[in-house]
Amino acid sequence: MTATLPQHKAAGPLRGRSRPLEPAFRGVLLASLIVAVLFLIVLLSYVFIEGSGRLDTRLWENFPSKLYPERAGAQSAIVGTLYIIGLTGLFCVPIGVMTAIYLEEYADGERWYNRLIELNVQNLAGVPSIVYGILGLGIIARGLGVGRTLLAAALTLSLLVLPVVIISAREALRAVPGSIRQASLALGATPWQTTARQVLPAAVPGIATGTILALSRAIGEAAPLLLLGAVTHITFNPANITDAYTVLPIQIYNWIKQPEAEFHTLASAAIVILLLILLAMNSVAIWLRNRYQKRW
Amino acid sequence: MTTTRDFVNNPPAGPASPGLPASVKQNLQEAPDLVDPIFQVEDVSVFYGDYEAVRGVDMKIGQKQITALIGPSGCGKSTLLRCFNRMNDLIPGTRVGGKISFRGEDLYGDDVDPIEVRRRIGMVFQKPNPFPKSIYDNIAYGPRVNGIRRGLDDLVEQTLRQAALWDEVKDKLKQNALSLSGGQQQRLCIARAIAIRPEVILMDEPCSALDPIATAKIEDLMQDLARNYTIVIVTHNMQQAARVSDRTAFLTAELDSAGVRYGKLIEYEQTSKLFTTPSDDRTEAYITGRFG
Repeated sequence: MTATLPQHKAAGPLRGRSRPLEPAFRGVLLASLIVAVLFLIVLLSYVFIEGSGRLDTRLWENFPSKLYPERAGAQSAIVGTLYIIGLTGLFCVPIGVMTAIYLEEYADGERWYNRLIELNVQNLAGVPSIVYGILGLGIIARGLGVGRTLLAAALTLSLLVLPVVIISAREALRAVPGSIRQASLALGATPWQTTARQVLPAAVPGIATGTILALSRAIGEAAPLLLLGAVTHITFNPANITDAYTVLPIQIYNWIKQPEAEFHTLASAAIVILLLILLAMNSVAIWLRNRYQKRW
Repeated sequence: MTTTRDFVNNPPAGPASPGLPASVKQNLQEAPDLVDPIFQVEDVSVFYGDYEAVRGVDMKIGQKQITALIGPSGCGKSTLLRCFNRMNDLIPGTRVGGKISFRGEDLYGDDVDPIEVRRRIGMVFQKPNPFPKSIYDNIAYGPRVNGIRRGLDDLVEQTLRQAALWDEVKDKLKQNALSLSGGQQQRLCIARAIAIRPEVILMDEPCSALDPIATAKIEDLMQDLARNYTIVIVTHNMQQAARVSDRTAFLTAELDSAGVRYGKLIEYEQTSKLFTTPSDDRTEAYITGRFG
């Protein structure tokens, strides 16, 4: 049987049809981008212009003052923020990474308890931060008797970012090709040697990036810390993990509550500092990612 | 053991059969007898969960010989290969039935440590998979995980010389292994496997990602290594099996009475015989290119 293909029409001009939807879609996509970026630019410039009057050394050299806005600074809040982020990283990175290693490299994903853990980790990442604040207050500050201290705040924020750290570390581990594991195991390496010497080093950039981004979420948190003692007016730097403390978001919130316009300027200036810290952390994340980027 | 070059310079007369190019056919040689097999495979089946991928394989693998496993895709040749160093253990739900003895010892015995097995039976994979580390560290990794700390420099050099890679990389031992070409990467992976002085090297289609020149180099290397090591190679390339191996096993996929596909060993013979006077019609159909 011979099938005949439809014949081509006699060659015509190659002029295209008009396709109005194509430019329309492009326009819609571009408009969305412009809205997002424009909003961000307006916000940033507003804060910067508002705060520019007080973006000077007084901001990080002086302590808060309720009476004299011209003398007030945010040193205790800046130091408190750095402390809390450092401690939070210290607590959540080892636990988060080891959890991720267990789930990715050791756990049998078919077992019901491992799947339950997985599901819960994902759900925990979506729990509102204020819930963690209540948990921290009830269990860590009061139950464990840690009190409303720097330690309680760092532990609570660690719980808050832990699911995000676990999820991003798992993604980084999953991105390491299985062929590397096989190569290592075929040389008689044990599963732990394979994980520690091949998989983990290859996943470090991804883990670091994810962790820094998770920590930069924690840095802006005010809600859980409101419950954990960060509301007070602190005129000294925390020296000890059992000290009282304040952080930038709380300090900003306190200043905005004040009636005097000078305090509002001060708040904007503090926002710029907070954004600078965030920007610095994200730059480190990007640098790490590019520095250690692997090709397989 | 003769190398490919010897074959070319002094081709032995061989019987003729259809299928393979004359240049390959006339180089086929008699393999030594299987007096002291290193592996003894008895009625081996491999299950993935309830699915029986390979059924009832019996074969003996000769020491310091090259044994090729050939057959169409899905015939279970890679699955069978991975039984020899217990790499199948890594896939959850895999079970091996029957018995595989390595130097008379049951590989799947209760007190056998798969890590020890893999230290003595090395493996090279289909796609070159060097670690994203320096060339030196790639070679030194196996010895290091086995607790060797001293004399690594000498060991690395000696290994790379054995793998005929030393001259190409001696000036860039600290460079990332991923900067090498595909063929060099695969030879590095072979070198990495022999750095722990295994008794057997399993190769799972080691040349399928390489060009013909790189393939020829690896085949030469295999001939060299066969003086000291037992090699079992899975290959899609029949000419490769004919060129390098002493014995060839032909596997194919068949349907059982319930319509389930499974892999089966059809014929296992001296390479010279299998490619010239196969005793099974299915083997002949495969080597003459009528299927697969």
